[in-house]
Amino acid sequence: MTEERTKIARQFIEALPHCRALGMKLDSIGQGEAEIFMPYSEALIGDPDTGVIHGGAVSALMDTCAGASVMSHPKSGPATATIDLRIDYMRAAKPGATITAHAICYHMTRSVAFVRVSANDGTSDVPVAAATGAFTVERA
Amino acid sequence: MVRAKPEPVQVVKERRDAALAALVARVPYIAFMGFEFERRGDELTAIMPYRPDLIGNPTLPALHGGALAAFLEVTAIISLGWSLIWPRMEAGESVEVMPALPKTIDITVDYLRSGLPRDAYARAEITRAGRRYASVRVEAWQDNRARPTVQAMGHFLMPELEVQP
Repeated sequence: MTEERTKIARQFIEALPHCRALGMKLDSIGQGEAEIFMPYSEALIGDPDTGVIHGGAVSALMDTCAGASVMSHPKSGPATATIDLRIDYMRAAKPGATITAHAICYHMTRSVAFVRVSANDGTSDVPVAAATGAFTVERA
Repeated sequence: MVRAKPEPVQVVKERRDAALAALVARVPYIAFMGFEFERRGDELTAIMPYRPDLIGNPTLPALHGGALAAFLEVTAIISLGWSLIWPRMEAGESVEVMPALPKTIDITVDYLRSGLPRDAYARAEITRAGRRYASVRVEAWQDNRARPTVQAMGHFLMPELEVQP
């Protein structure tokens, strides 16, 4: 994707109200791939004993990133919606660390886009969470 | 034989409501999202009051899928946590020290309809709760109970409960 299109996608995603509330930022996007990160915030803590971020916030990040990868796919229509998303939580994210999601839209039919997403906090090769999802393909 | 006089209903209600409030208050993310819990006996209903910052598609407008997923996950975890507290509380044990919360292993969210810019409600059904693992089905609806917005199935790792001597 050209720099100009990346800029437009960044403005679009970062302006979505819930993405703004969670502090999501677009890193890169194009050709069915997207990377979005979410800085650590104490408001998002799910486990007060450890300070680990709630899975729900990670889900929102992964859903956004997956949707962005679908919209950046060359064959995508003007919009998309999640049909289903299955998330596996492999380990707790390190408190204080920024979480980065990376999504790949690996197949697209006329009606359905298939996506894989992983989320990492930069402390290990093992992701914090991994997800697979199916998304709608809107016809222009 | 003299049967013990039952506690006044208000005392029972206050104890149960205080335990639920203490459970919910432990999670900062629940306050951040504005989720609330209502109790009827041991049954919980979660509420996600509508707020503009829950929107993910401003054109429609529709709630963010991630906000709905988070709502279902929180409902499942709190319902499981509540299921650990309730029997202890009813048996007369102290619930001053809350057990650790269950941890999500995986959750599959089914988006059935787009989320309307209105309040959402959810209830969890604990299909099976073992000592280590639990399976939970959870469903959220908005205007119409018979037309759910999202449903999910999740697996959770249960906290290790210290056995009271």
